[in-house]
Amino acid sequence: MNQAAILKSAGGGYGKPAADNPLERRYAAISVALWLFMAVASALFLLFIAAYIMRMDAADWSPLAMPWQLWLSSAILVFASVLLQLAVSAAGSHQIERARSLLLLAGACSITFLAAQLWGWQALQAIHVTASGNPAGSFFYLLTAMHALHVAGGLVGWGMAAAGSWRQEQRRLAWRIRLCARYWHFLLAVWLLLFAALGWLTPDFVRMVCGTR
Amino acid sequence: MAYTDDSAHHDHLPQGFFRKYVWSQDHKVIAIQYASVAILAGLVGVGLSNLMRLQLGFPGKFAFIDAPHYYQFMTMHGMIMVIYLLTALFLGGFGNYLIPLMVGARDMVFPYLNMLSFWVYLVSVIVLMASFFVPGGPTGAGWTLYPPQAILPGTPGYEWGIILMLVSLLIFIVAATMGGLNYVTTVLQARTEGMTLLRMPLTVWGIFVATILALLAFPALFVSGVMMLLDRTLGTSFFMPALVSMGQVSNYKGGSPLLFQHLFWFFGHPEVYIVALPAFGIVSDLISVHARKSIFGYRTMVWAILAIGVLSVVVWAHHMFVSGMNPYFGFFFATTTLIIAVPTAIKVYNWVLTLWNGDIHLSIPMLFALAFVSTFLIGGLTGLFLGNVSVDIPLSNTYFVVAHFHMVMGVSPLLVIFGAIYHWYPKITGRMLHDGLGKLHFWVTFLGTYAIFFPMHYLGILGMPRRYYAFEGYKFIPDSAQTMNAFITVIALFVATVQLTFIFNMVWSVFHGKRAGPNPWRAASLEWQTPETPPGHGNWGPHLPVVYRGAYTYSVPGAKEDFIAQNAPPVPGDAESRLPRDKEALA
Repeated sequence: MNQAAILKSAGGGYGKPAADNPLERRYAAISVALWLFMAVASALFLLFIAAYIMRMDAADWSPLAMPWQLWLSSAILVFASVLLQLAVSAAGSHQIERARSLLLLAGACSITFLAAQLWGWQALQAIHVTASGNPAGSFFYLLTAMHALHVAGGLVGWGMAAAGSWRQEQRRLAWRIRLCARYWHFLLAVWLLLFAALGWLTPDFVRMVCGTR
Repeated sequence: MAYTDDSAHHDHLPQGFFRKYVWSQDHKVIAIQYASVAILAGLVGVGLSNLMRLQLGFPGKFAFIDAPHYYQFMTMHGMIMVIYLLTALFLGGFGNYLIPLMVGARDMVFPYLNMLSFWVYLVSVIVLMASFFVPGGPTGAGWTLYPPQAILPGTPGYEWGIILMLVSLLIFIVAATMGGLNYVTTVLQARTEGMTLLRMPLTVWGIFVATILALLAFPALFVSGVMMLLDRTLGTSFFMPALVSMGQVSNYKGGSPLLFQHLFWFFGHPEVYIVALPAFGIVSDLISVHARKSIFGYRTMVWAILAIGVLSVVVWAHHMFVSGMNPYFGFFFATTTLIIAVPTAIKVYNWVLTLWNGDIHLSIPMLFALAFVSTFLIGGLTGLFLGNVSVDIPLSNTYFVVAHFHMVMGVSPLLVIFGAIYHWYPKITGRMLHDGLGKLHFWVTFLGTYAIFFPMHYLGILGMPRRYYAFEGYKFIPDSAQTMNAFITVIALFVATVQLTFIFNMVWSVFHGKRAGPNPWRAASLEWQTPETPPGHGNWGPHLPVVYRGAYTYSVPGAKEDFIAQNAPPVPGDAESRLPRDKEALA
């Protein structure tokens, strides 16, 4: 085997040689793991939505009007996502103070989002939509709870980034903010999909698409 | 041997017994922990199967095996074997041990998460086993846990057993996801210099693709598990239709049991390949090493693994032919199922062609590998029968299916696990397993397998229904079937007992086995080239290995030895350099 071929095949396909920069390698690994986790979570939510659609076909389904609080929570989550994106830019242009403030604000928004979701739950409870009654209600509580769990998990990662934001070097913080932003965009996309499915997908539409009408 | 500089490696050896062996973050220790728990759970599973066999072989002779107990044994046997033994052992055990060593990494990329994965797995096993001790006992719903019966009075364990089963599965999925993220990321990110994807041993390929399948398929089990748990505890009606149960009108309404079946099998079929793909990979390595030949068609093997992985997610409804479906769906699922035979057959041909003209050493790992090819072929062929809707419908509820899935995904992966343990035990402990005991274990297990499961095909074609507790009063079942059942039971008890010699061998050889040396099988892949045996913390000493070739360089004509290690630097003008160059290096 000639030397050039060895070097070429040795260098290709696996990232950088070990000694290059262990921190970079670790960042790359965590980034890949986050993409993978997002794929797993996507599979989970798509399957939930598939189950939701299939269950909708049954005769006992009665559609649920979305409480107005969900519009509020959606707006807050959009806001959190935008804030994190701004934090990414700030960290990229070395405005570390600004990045930190934006990061903290985005976390606060996300906690407010969870509170607004709970408020929405209360509003539904108040008009006697229970988890065990109308299946649309069961799915509503289940899907919002699953999404909230993923937001809560994200907040753990955010907490680590926020706690370290005072003592970490700039590059490390910027990298953590990037990961947070990516995950929050994902959470937002999942939420918008769930919100649309919960609020506006009707049995008639499902039957038309599935050809079961 | 070539090693790359790795000055960045700062890991210190963990101190103290607990840090080293209990709360360990070392992938090798975690692998042994995973494997030990899985094997213990497996022994429970084997015990349960023998209790079932006692009833089937000698009906009514054992008073404590009444119908509810029989169903509980059956359910727990199935779930333990598929999830808590096979999945955990292949991914958590072999995946953990072999991936970092085979790709030249110091450990998994997230050691802490890896440790957490094991402890969460242990919790899931404890929760599952706890169901033996709760009022009403474990669930007897059958391993598929079909609603509505799974959570209704009349099914054993409907009080607590089913709840613990579902909770345990959900915990297991969390553990498997933590492990899975680790395995995939390690393969993608932590390969050493020169270890391109297409130089990885097929073992890593099998585990890698199986892990991706697990990551994407377990969510379906999670969804169905959560929704069934809510049906049971909160009284939702996700899966539960309106029904009268034991004279009582239930509060359930409108739910769809079929929805559960779709979700369950959307997980359940890929699960077959989550177990089979690592077995395919490992068997390829065993055959190549012990036949001293490069694996035939390495790239086709990789593509076949990928093709099987992709196809496995579009065939799930072939488990539901008897549930009824639109004939076009049946056609679709039958077709995709039969198409899987193509990449699978490619693999079998490649194994046989690797053996062809090989320098076959009938060592114990090789014997198990050959046994696997045989049982897998039998099980795969009956799969072709059952993949056809019109053949499946009359056979689906008979012992034919029991025979089929035990051959293809029960016995076959287990034979690979045995072979793999005999093969890698010297690396793990530094000592060989006892050869004589191993031969006894092999022949009893291999012949026993056929004696137990082969007659079940015949019983199935005779029409003997599966899942039944007793067969009295069925005129179409001749007395000879009962004689056959007694025969199967006797063999099953014998084979199960002989497995204890294997357990004994594993424990005894740690202390008294023949010393193995670093590479007793003279294998070329990277895990055999570690500076220490068993490999020390960090696996590679001060420097990571550098890889120059694939894992299967055996019997190069004119070479000094009959294998060339993956990390042996090429020598200009030697025997290897005169070989036709592999395309990958020229690319």
